[in-house]
Amino acid sequence: MAAELHVELVAADRQVWSGEATLVVARTTSGDIGVMPGHQPLLGVLESGPVTIRTSEGGTVIAAVHGGFISFADNKLSLLAEIAELSEEIDVQHVQRELERAKAEGDAHAERRAEVRLRAATAS
Amino acid sequence: MGAQLRVYKRRIRSVTATKKITKAMEMIAASRVVKAMRKVSASTPYAQELTRAVTAVGTGSTTKHPLTTEAENPTRAAVLLLTSDRGLAGAFNSNAIKAAEQLTARLEGEGKQVDAYIVGRRGVAHYNFRERKVAESWTGFTDEPSYADAKTVAAPLIEAIQKDTADGGVDELHIVYTEFVSMMTQTATGSRLLPLRLEEVAEETAKKDEILPLYDFEPSAEDVLDALLPRYVESRIYNALLQSAASKHAATRRAMKSATDNAGELIDNLARLANAARQAEITQEISEIVGGASALADATAGSDK
Repeated sequence: MAAELHVELVAADRQVWSGEATLVVARTTSGDIGVMPGHQPLLGVLESGPVTIRTSEGGTVIAAVHGGFISFADNKLSLLAEIAELSEEIDVQHVQRELERAKAEGDAHAERRAEVRLRAATAS
Repeated sequence: MGAQLRVYKRRIRSVTATKKITKAMEMIAASRVVKAMRKVSASTPYAQELTRAVTAVGTGSTTKHPLTTEAENPTRAAVLLLTSDRGLAGAFNSNAIKAAEQLTARLEGEGKQVDAYIVGRRGVAHYNFRERKVAESWTGFTDEPSYADAKTVAAPLIEAIQKDTADGGVDELHIVYTEFVSMMTQTATGSRLLPLRLEEVAEETAKKDEILPLYDFEPSAEDVLDALLPRYVESRIYNALLQSAASKHAATRRAMKSATDNAGELIDNLARLANAARQAEITQEISEIVGGASALADATAGSDK
């Protein structure tokens, strides 16, 4: 059995996903970071971006994360985000509409958020 | 029907209508408590992980941060008071306000100037009526607070604490809310949120024999702490908002239950009085008839002679 780590993806108001994984890739403020089992204890600040979790069953879970933290210790990885959505929860058409609206209004923050969600939704 | 009896009947009808209303409100509140409690437990994993992370950074690095270091001479403090928008919840709001006033008095006794931040229409009304200054207030979401609401509440507070005291910033942040202990018990408590006492936070979360690992910070301990502490404050405020909402619904449920019970008792008493009035009426009618008949009999007996 391949080594695995336990992942908890939690948003402020709910637990989004939890399970075993072999690799987690997330975007921190200083660049993308990949965490595999046995990584050194780590605490980082997340950028808004997609998080890729390769589960131990061989599947891939992709989530859009907006701000938050990644912390890893004792083979337990926690991803804390204010807002986190799994790719299958994201309604592509809805996000596209949001993106257009954000562009029209010149709201860079909302635009970035919509882009991240769109990328996460289409990546899987 | 006699006048007395009619009055009783009318009162019974009106109390019955009131009882129906309070009963409905009791049931609504009961279902909302359950919902609010579920929200509290749903937010727990995030709060726990966040507290762990704060403890890890705080104990694992020697970084000094405005949000964790105590001012040598604290002169201004902010008090955030959580009340509800609507009443009908027994002593819920007055308890919270009382706790806030005690805390304010204590802080002022220590020579600090107190800025009041208030959530909930009841608290705002209380302060406005007494013409006290309110630094900022929010209303309209106390029944079902969302994380976005917690963020809007936290933003000016975090800003105030990061500012220098001379420029209108504050040195301390206290929060007064109603802690949800159980369905029957809710207590108004005041506690200091900032500056953080890391030892206390560590005690709350860490199991006794757990040693926190030495973390690698990405990008650096200062940056992580910078990003972490506002989130920590938000999450604490969110948790307090949720607990306060759950407490409010529990208090409403209890108040409405006793209102329903009282209405039932009142109906019983009124029904008894109405029965007595009806009986008195019948007795009077009978005695009137008997009296009338005997007077008539006497009169005819007299005329026969």
